[in-house]
Amino acid sequence: MPRLKLPGIRPSEITAERFFHMRRDVLAAALGLAASSVLPGRASTATTTAAALRYTRNPRFSVTEKANTFEEITGYNNFYEFGLDKGDPAENASTLRTKPWSVTIAGEAAVTGTFTIEDILKPHPLEERIYRHRCVEAWSMVIPWVGFPLADLLARFKPSSRARFVEFTTLLDPKQMPGQRRAVLDWPYVEALRIDEAMHPLALMVVGVYGRELPNQNGAPLRVHLPWKYGFKSAKSIVKIRFSEKQPANTWALSAPSEYGFYANVNPKVDHPRWTQATERHIGDGFLAGRRETLMFNGYADQVASLYQGMDLRRNF
Amino acid sequence: MAAINPVERRYRLVYKPLLFLACLVPLAWVVGGVLGLPVPSLGADPVRKVLGILAHSALNLLLITLSVTPLRQLTGNAQLLKVRRMLGLFAFSYALLHFLTYIGPFQGFSWAAIVKDLVKRPYITIGFAALVLLVPLAVTSTNAMMRRLKRRWQSLHRLIYVIAILGVWHYWWQVKKDIREPLIYVVLLSLLLGWRLWRRQRSATSRSAAPKAPGTA
Repeated sequence: MPRLKLPGIRPSEITAERFFHMRRDVLAAALGLAASSVLPGRASTATTTAAALRYTRNPRFSVTEKANTFEEITGYNNFYEFGLDKGDPAENASTLRTKPWSVTIAGEAAVTGTFTIEDILKPHPLEERIYRHRCVEAWSMVIPWVGFPLADLLARFKPSSRARFVEFTTLLDPKQMPGQRRAVLDWPYVEALRIDEAMHPLALMVVGVYGRELPNQNGAPLRVHLPWKYGFKSAKSIVKIRFSEKQPANTWALSAPSEYGFYANVNPKVDHPRWTQATERHIGDGFLAGRRETLMFNGYADQVASLYQGMDLRRNF
Repeated sequence: MAAINPVERRYRLVYKPLLFLACLVPLAWVVGGVLGLPVPSLGADPVRKVLGILAHSALNLLLITLSVTPLRQLTGNAQLLKVRRMLGLFAFSYALLHFLTYIGPFQGFSWAAIVKDLVKRPYITIGFAALVLLVPLAVTSTNAMMRRLKRRWQSLHRLIYVIAILGVWHYWWQVKKDIREPLIYVVLLSLLLGWRLWRRQRSATSRSAAPKAPGTA
């Protein structure tokens, strides 16, 4: 795998010193604290209450841009299960119980059934990857995730030759997810990938951010992140993974088929019907900073463009 | 100058200045937030937040302006009319600031993108149309203009109904999923416009029997 080279990096975007030290602090904390240690309090917004994770940094899969702050990443979220405003998830997600948690594996695979989150995570060493994140609403962030390759997890279930797609389902429980009491979307939230997309080394199974367990509003305890796709493709709080032969329907494409497609690859040349995708507003850039150019596949074209060779990306948006 | 009665005096010296200050609160929030003063935070995406604050202020003030006449008719309090111009001008100011925020902080003065939005995206077209239509109303809001235009002034200022419809429509059209809030505006605007239609209807049917009532706006 070649080292990731991403264009458009300005000197100002190189990790600030305070973040560098922050990472050192997190590593130091990780040495003293096992990943399973549960600290009192709720893992919502405060860094100090979420359990520190043991992980290594993976610079090969990280951009060198300055990461957004913990407050930005955990306070500005689209997670309709907890409300429609960007601040709602941070406010409302404390009702989500992530322990115990289990994930059901179904469909075209040799190993299926329901597994505890501990069984799901046990064999996978964690790594930190600093990924670009681009929302379909034309804003972006840079996020230091902690996770492991999705491909490594999927391979354990021995998908069959008929497994052409992978579908992810988010928890359905209006008691824990108050946003589901209203039918703004067809709950539960479902997203899906082609199997070769899911097996791509960039596809990340995420369990943490900034070296600590994922706060609920970011999709705890288990979510995917696909940095070359619009954010809505990355399912959160996953309870089911299903391998299928037929292309599954995904929630946003069902809800507004003219606006959201199955692929949802970041593409500056294909506009959303109601706004441009050629540029984006980068969270944290400040009030008068203006917009940044959006990059093809969100800057990951060298790695993922081959997945879509010969496809009409205007039709398969 | 003729003596001012105490009721009118209280309106002019107490209520109107208080209302003026209240109308400035959203602007103070925006300016304070951008300058980093101790006001409620504008959050991780201050540009979007400011767009929203200014838009809501403009729409709210537009509806409040439209409720002055019904309130006067219901309460018989003619003093209310004295604050209508101020409310309308505040609505215009917030709409203009909302547009300027869209031009500068939101679009980064990318004129090509702005023109494309205006031409290709209907919700932006109608929002812009509402702002443009507000300009002649603001310009002709002075006493001198009222005197000069005479009867035509009232006809011109009926544009406010069209503007309010465009403004609410502009909001409705861009909401992604949750139409609850734009729906509240639709209901309130329907009530305000419905009231006027109902009054008109009533006065038209009673006109044959009774002499024409003095001007109702």
